[in-house]
Amino acid sequence: MAPHVTTRASVPAVPETGAGARRPRSARSGGHWTAWAFLAPVVVYLVAFYAYPLYRNLDLSLHRYTVRSFVQGGAPFSGLDNYRTVFDAPTFWPALTHTAVFTGASLVFQFSIGMALAIFFHQHFRLSATLRALFLVPWLLPLIVSASTWSWMLNSDSGIVNSALGVFGIGPVNWLTSPDWSLVSVTIANIWIGIPFNLVVLYSGLQAIPSDIYEAAALDGATPWSTFWRVTFPLLRPVSAITLLLGLIYTLKVFDIIWIMTKGGPADGSTTLATWSYRLGFGNLLPSFGPGAAVGNLLIVLAMVFGLLYIRMQRRAPR
Amino acid sequence: MNRSMKTAIGIMLTAIMLFPIYWMINVSFTKDTDMRADPPHLFPLHGTLEGYRAVLDQQLPYLGTSLLIALGTVALTVIVSAPAGYSLAKLRPRGAGALSFVLLVAQMIPGVIMAMGFYSIYLKLGVLNSAAGLVLADSTIAVPFGVLIFTAFMSGVPAELSAAAKIDGAGAFRTFWSVILPVSRNAVVTVSLFAFLWAWSDFVFATTLDGGGAQQPITLGIYRYIGNNNQEWNAIMATAVVASIPATLLLIVAQRYVAAGVTAGAVKD
Repeated sequence: MAPHVTTRASVPAVPETGAGARRPRSARSGGHWTAWAFLAPVVVYLVAFYAYPLYRNLDLSLHRYTVRSFVQGGAPFSGLDNYRTVFDAPTFWPALTHTAVFTGASLVFQFSIGMALAIFFHQHFRLSATLRALFLVPWLLPLIVSASTWSWMLNSDSGIVNSALGVFGIGPVNWLTSPDWSLVSVTIANIWIGIPFNLVVLYSGLQAIPSDIYEAAALDGATPWSTFWRVTFPLLRPVSAITLLLGLIYTLKVFDIIWIMTKGGPADGSTTLATWSYRLGFGNLLPSFGPGAAVGNLLIVLAMVFGLLYIRMQRRAPR
Repeated sequence: MNRSMKTAIGIMLTAIMLFPIYWMINVSFTKDTDMRADPPHLFPLHGTLEGYRAVLDQQLPYLGTSLLIALGTVALTVIVSAPAGYSLAKLRPRGAGALSFVLLVAQMIPGVIMAMGFYSIYLKLGVLNSAAGLVLADSTIAVPFGVLIFTAFMSGVPAELSAAAKIDGAGAFRTFWSVILPVSRNAVVTVSLFAFLWAWSDFVFATTLDGGGAQQPITLGIYRYIGNNNQEWNAIMATAVVASIPATLLLIVAQRYVAAGVTAGAVKD
């Protein structure tokens, strides 16, 4: 696939080389140490702002914290108790199932719609570049903007969606206030947000397929349908796999949209692991940090499994 | 299918995709009394600017805070990730591979979970509800991405450039500052753009770490609005429209950087 990031590097204007040489340094072979000096900020940063919060999180999940000990310290070690609490909670299975359904449905639709659009826009008609750029807007909007817009569109009484369905005689659906529909609603909103990402990545994958392959297929009398299944799709496999895996990792993390639209409710109807973790830690007057952190760590493990798969796949992908 | 037919279909698909955005704008101009009209008014023909007046009256401090936090995040992200990208791309010390791996993994950690860790640390340090604390937390979304982009971009800078600088007697820092960084302008723009957008849009960290602060970003402004007066949807949507301006502006001004940033994650480096 076209490495956008690197190809642009061949363009830069060459500055006068003398400009950077005002103060010659005597020791310029520091090598290893110099290199790590440049990396020092990011290493310090990762330790302080990634490793430490994650360590705190692990610590939270292994102790019996109360609000008091959360502030003052001294919470007793409780081993895996918090994890046991979480596994036994009535919310556990619904949250896990919802996470799977939300992620699965989002991916299937985002990917197939994104793929169809990428192929459509790849045909280079007038305005295709402009329209493709406009498709990016939903992805760039703050999630609170998208989520609140969808909330109002899906409002039971005054939403445009129910009003449009009403024209076809379909009764008002309680999109956000019925436990049967809330998961569907947040999934729809999430699909809408994710389509642009799939479109852009798959489009750049299409661009990397040499056009003479298509010419050969056309000469052989292949129909557009068989060209897609026999030529485009197999050649896009590496890009597709990476797109799907990245999408999976992103979708597992989704919290904002669900929380803003439904708060995971009603009656846990749209609770996922991410919103559950947040609700345990911050959603109640009396927070249960331990179980909240435990759910969070489970989510990390889940994301990490797919993350490592992604890294493996990316390493093996042909250039 | 001829070409103008395709253009027509393309416009139609784009219109469907962007309908929610149109609806947000439409509702932002709708009068309170028409808000629950059945069927809803499709065009703001007898519109009102009440919503936008409410934004001016109530939301400006939130917007200011968001701008401050976003700019702070951009600065921090570039300062931390540009030198790292240079080192990983050009100096390649032993252990660079492991560090790149850690950065990739870091991108996969859900924000909600980071938020919980940050909360317990900030509580102890007493920096909850501060703009600086939010800048730090928000930058965690952008730094791994930033290093990735800088590394990929700087790998493409011809080796002759740094070799020439070396012959002229420039040390590693000079080479980075006066040679590599200036030609990596595009990477700086891409990273800044995404850092800005992510910080501007952040809700997770804002709601956990700045829930009771005096300085709150616009995402919390909107969230408050939804909770407090969910009758005034024109004001809520007007705020949403204003909050969308940076994203739209950046897309218009810097579209190719946006596309580059979106694909970067999926690009083999």
